[in-house]
Formats: sequence, structure tokens, C-alpha cells
Amino acid sequence: MSVPLALLIGVLFACGTYLMMHRTMTRIILGFGVLGNGVNLLIISTGGLPGDPPILGAEAGRLADPVPQALVLTAIVIGFALQAFLLALAWRNWTLDGNDEVEDDISDRRLAERSPAGLEDATEDEAGRLDARTEASGGEAD
Amino acid sequence: MGHLVPLTFALPILGAALSLLAARHQRVQRIINLVSLAAGLALSIALLVQVERDDAAVVAHIGGWSSRIGITYVVDRLSGMLLVIAFATMLLVLVFAIAQDTGDERSPYYHPAYLVLAAGIAAAFSTGDLFHLFVAFEVLLMASYVLLTLNGRPGQVRSGTTYVIINSIESMLLLSAIGLVYAATGTLSMADLPAALAELDPGLRTGLQVLLLVAFGLKAAVFPLFFWLPDAYPTAPSPVTAVFAGLLTKVGVYALIRTQTLLFPEEHRTLLLVVAGLTIIIGAIGAIAQDDIKRILSFQIVSSIGFMVMGLGIGSPAAIAATVFYLLHQIPTKTSLFLVEGVIEDSEGTGALDRLGGLAHRSGTLAVLFALPALSLAGFPPFSGFVGKLGLVTSGVDRGQYALVAVALVGSLLALVSLGKIWLGAFWGRAEEVPDGSEKKGILRDRLGMATATAVMVALGLTLAVAAGPLYALCERTATDLTTPGRYAAQVQADERADE
Repeated sequence: MSVPLALLIGVLFACGTYLMMHRTMTRIILGFGVLGNGVNLLIISTGGLPGDPPILGAEAGRLADPVPQALVLTAIVIGFALQAFLLALAWRNWTLDGNDEVEDDISDRRLAERSPAGLEDATEDEAGRLDARTEASGGEAD
Repeated sequence: MGHLVPLTFALPILGAALSLLAARHQRVQRIINLVSLAAGLALSIALLVQVERDDAAVVAHIGGWSSRIGITYVVDRLSGMLLVIAFATMLLVLVFAIAQDTGDERSPYYHPAYLVLAAGIAAAFSTGDLFHLFVAFEVLLMASYVLLTLNGRPGQVRSGTTYVIINSIESMLLLSAIGLVYAATGTLSMADLPAALAELDPGLRTGLQVLLLVAFGLKAAVFPLFFWLPDAYPTAPSPVTAVFAGLLTKVGVYALIRTQTLLFPEEHRTLLLVVAGLTIIIGAIGAIAQDDIKRILSFQIVSSIGFMVMGLGIGSPAAIAATVFYLLHQIPTKTSLFLVEGVIEDSEGTGALDRLGGLAHRSGTLAVLFALPALSLAGFPPFSGFVGKLGLVTSGVDRGQYALVAVALVGSLLALVSLGKIWLGAFWGRAEEVPDGSEKKGILRDRLGMATATAVMVALGLTLAVAAGPLYALCERTATDLTTPGRYAAQVQADERADE
């Protein structure tokens, strides 16, 4: 594997992971795409050094490993289907809520509701929501 | 016989295609679905009988390629048993869903998605290739996404989003793990991998193992990777939740058992033991804190996954046998509990404990149908859960894992508490009076189809207890297969040599 390719895979993984940490579906989907490309490159790079001929035109002994290419083709198709589904889900989320944020789960919301400040804070921005959650968990310990 | 193995996957997927073509004719869809699953069940039984008679796995090499570069389908004892119980469960839940006849089941996409799910599960159980296992996971996940968000209701979209994102991260992890395994060994066939992995540097092997563990652990919902499950499962329609609860996490457990016993025997057992103990306790405590039947049962899933990981962590043949038996017991038991919940929700419109009460007065049969699998789940003798837990505990004591055994026993007790909470909240107490003064009666009388499907499911769980002797012997033979090094490869490649 060449060093630039390894670096590129690393950067793609980092960007993809960073984007997937966000709350908005669009960024998560973009992150998923970037991460998916990183993984695909990783698999392609397992086929040996770049520049080897494919099956046709190979001199004796040296040819690119066809298995990773077959794997990657499958992986690309699956990734495409997943992204399409995620986009549809984001769209549905938008028609329901008018935003495409991933919402808190039920236990988180219940915890937030237990604190007196939770109800107001829950509708505010992300920082407010986090505050409410810490308060709630602090309140429970008392 | 070997040529028939891929049909376990092909039958449901063909059924799904036909079902899509018949999207406007619900009755045709139902018949296609029932026939495909029944055929799958018959085929799996035939395969299991064949495996047991020849004492060798049934193997199919797709396209005639050798196992090193091609895809192989391998049905050994473990796969065969799981295939039989998976198809039986899916068939019964389908009967339940058809009898319930709600809006979800009437959707033209319900039946195709259900069959694709069956195909994915069957492929995951019968593949002998790591990459094909990934593809099988994707097939079943894609179907589960559709079933989970079928009607796009707000709650479904909310929890579906988390579920889809978590599982796509799992897919990415698994895919990179598989890529790295291929880079390190040059093969993805489960028959060739043990030898290839054994030659690797121990550090590298640990890295690959942990990546696979995390990926499959997310799927199986072990601590600390379980948090998505109790949120996602309860929002789906009841029959869908029943199948998810019975089978989806168990596919993850199957993958854990397969990779752990085959590829990384005797490595990092301590990690598994710690994870197992935490999963049992956290799942059980989480279940007590809930006040909705579906959510309690969802946490129960997590807790019982811990027991299977415990057996895997102990790792002796006796422990693996107990794990396999416990896995087989969990599928019908969990499914029947969720089906009972489905009946309650269909009748009362809710699964929240504070709004239920007195169900035992109104339908004693329903209470019995709940109590039998619940007692089995908690591990009461003479039910199948007791047999499995007894096996796990004795093998744990044999290996000196006293702390973990204590944790498992406490976990069982806590499971009983949370099941008692359902019993107290939903079945005991005074039935609510309806406005005209008469008590509401006849929960099951109006739902004969659903009741029959649930009763057969419960009976299937009881059969495991009745037939525990021969079944446990079968599990012990399975464990010998799994823990004998080179046994899997010998079974796959013996067939290959015979073909040549």
C-alpha cells in the first residue's frame, strides 16, 4: 500500500467519523458517504501495489488481485442503497418535524423532563439540551 | 443434497420478488409468503437430518469455485438447528401478523420485506464466507429498516433513524474489519481462515479480533453497545418486534459464536467474561426501571444476550453446548412473550403498565401463555431456560468463574423481578370497568388466529424443555464440532475433494 493512499484513507475515516457525530441527518449522510469511500479504498488497497495489470494483459506472475475489486463492487452497491434509504428517512423526518435532526431517545427525554428546568431547556439549542441532561442526572443522584 | 443449501437463501428471496410483483393482491402475497417460509422450514429440517445422519456438514460451492476464492454455503449442526428454529419462528409470527390483519401487514411492502429478512437471516446462518456474512447482514438489515419504519409514523422515524445510523456504522466497522482480515491473510473463507490467522503476529490477530467483536457485538447488543435496542424495537408493529427480538440479535450472537470458536479460539476470554457480566446485570436492571411491557422485554433481550456471551467466554465444550441450547431456547421464548404483548396491545391499545390491569381475570389463557415463557426466561425448572442456565452455571463453576456465576444468578433473579412487574401491572388487579357496567371479556375469543399462533409458539418453547435430553445431546455434539480445531475446515474441504 502506498503512503499517500494510506494517508487519504486516514483522512476520509477522520472526516467521515467527524461528520457522523453531528445531529443533523444531512451531515450524517455525508459522513456516511465519506466513511464508506474510505472503507472502499481500504479494501481496494488490500489487492496489492497499484499499477498491476488486471486479468488481461498480465505478464507471468504479476496481476492485480481481483477479489478485493469484486468485494468493493458489492460494498459500493450496498452503500448506495443505504444512503438512499437514509436520505428518504431524512426527508420523512423533515416532513414530520420541519428539521432533519436526530432526536433524543425516550429515556433521555424522560430524564430531561424530570428536572424543572428541563422542559424549557429541551426546546432550546443543543447546549441548552446538554445542560438540562446534566442537571437531570445530577438531580437524580440527590 | 449440497446443491440444495443455497435454496435456504434463494427460496425467500424469490418469494420476495414474486411478492413484489403481486403487490396489489394481498391474498396472493400472503400465500407466497407462507409457502416460501414453509418450504424454507421443510428444507432446513431436511438439511439438519442429513447433517445428523452423515455426521458431516452439507456444503455447496457456488459456481464450482474452491472455498478459497468462491462463496461457500455450509450447513453444519449449529447452522442447521438455527435455520430450523428461525424458519419456524418466522412462519408462526407471519401467521400471527396475518391473523392480526392491521394496517402494517396490509402495506404492499410488508410481505416482500419480511421475506427478504428471512433470506438475510438464512444466508447469515448458512454462509461459510466472511464477506458473504457481511452481505447477509446487509440484506437482513435493509429489510429490518423497511419493516421498522413501514408507515413513517413520528415515533418510528425517530427511533428508526437511530437504528439505521447505528447499524450503518456497524456495517462500516464490519466491512473494514473484513478488508483488514483479507489484507492480512489473503482469504475470507471461514474454512481457510483459522490456519491463516494462526500464522499471524498475535498483536495483529488481537486487532482483527477486537474489530470483529465490536462489529458483531453491536449487532448482538452486548454492553456497552446495546443502547440502541430498547429504543428501536418497541416502536415497530408487534409482530415485527417479535421477529426482531427473537432473531436479529441472535444472528449477531451466532456470528460471535462462529468467529470466536472458529477463528480466535482461546483468546481474550477475560474480555468476553467481563462484557458478559455487565450485559447481564445492566440489561436486568434496565428492565426493572421500565414501565412498558415492550421496553421491559427489550431490556430482557440485552440481559439474556449476556448469558450467551458468558458461555462463549467460558469457552469449554460444556459451556458452548449450554450456550447453543440457551440460544435455541431464547428464540421461541422471546418471540412468544412479544406475541403475547402483541395480543395485549391489539386488545387494549397500549403496552404501558399503568394503563393495564386485571388481564388474568378476563383471559386466563392469555395469562398462562405469558407465564409459561416468562418462567422459562427467568430460569425456573423444568422449563428450557433452566436447562440452559444450569449448563452455563455448572460449566462456569467447573472453570472457576465464581464471580461471573454469582452475577448470572443475580441477573436471573432481577429478570424475575422485572417479569413480576409485568405480571403485577398487566395481569393482576381489578379489570377496568367499561362505561356500560359490564366487564370487558373475551380477549382471545375475538383473536383466535393470533391466539393459536402464540400458543403454538409457546408450545414450541415447551417442546425444547420436553425434548431437552436429545436436544442437549445434539447441542453437545455441536459444541464438539465447534471446539475441535480443524473440524470445520475438514468438513468443508472433504466435500471439495469429493467434487474433484
